[in-house]
Amino acid sequence: MTLSVIINIALVIVSLAILGNVYRMLKGPEMPDRILALDAVGMNLLTVAALLSVRARTNVYLDIILLIAFLAFLGTTAFARYLERGVVIEYDPNRQHDR
Amino acid sequence: MTQIVSTIGDVIVAVLFVGGACLGLISSFGLVRLPDFYTRIHAVAKMTTFGALFVLFGSFLYFLFEMNRLEGKLLLAIIFVFITSPISSHLIGRAAYRSGVKLWEGSKHDVLYPLIHGSKTEDHVAAASDERQKSKGDQNS
Repeated sequence: MTLSVIINIALVIVSLAILGNVYRMLKGPEMPDRILALDAVGMNLLTVAALLSVRARTNVYLDIILLIAFLAFLGTTAFARYLERGVVIEYDPNRQHDR
Repeated sequence: MTQIVSTIGDVIVAVLFVGGACLGLISSFGLVRLPDFYTRIHAVAKMTTFGALFVLFGSFLYFLFEMNRLEGKLLLAIIFVFITSPISSHLIGRAAYRSGVKLWEGSKHDVLYPLIHGSKTEDHVAAASDERQKSKGDQNS
């Protein structure tokens, strides 16, 4: 019972979690459901990258973890902004502060 | 001595890995099974954050114990995920409420509604409840 067996088990579990998230992302009745599922897929992919880097006993995958974290956060923020305002980047110098 | 430390570290790392993966599976189960967007975000926001944090911390401990390396990138990733994952979940929930995603039809209260729309009462919840009872009566009759 070495560590690599346990890492394989964890990889299978995380793959099942990604399958459930992809189901909600394809089916989701509303747009925020799909965005939430996409965010969850990003977090689970980060988990997969960490598990693979431990399994291969190397540290070259650790950059990928940071990259996936940045991209998931930026994508989710842009989608939420688009849903709420209708535009991603807005410029209006006379805009009143709204509630 | 190093053998003992390595074995204990292996056990801790294995528990953290499997625990984090199971938290991810629980979040996926909630995302599939729960009836409403707001209940789904309740399940997903906490569980994916802590699942990713468990696995990242486990791999940090693995690199610390087995290879005697202190991985700064993993520490940076842990801090970044711990800060930004709740923020992104909050942004999605706020955008969903403001873009008019309906609550589950079994929910009783909408505390945020008078704060945004300015009315004191919760008339819309009562109206939805009346509609539901009316439709149930139609189905029964």
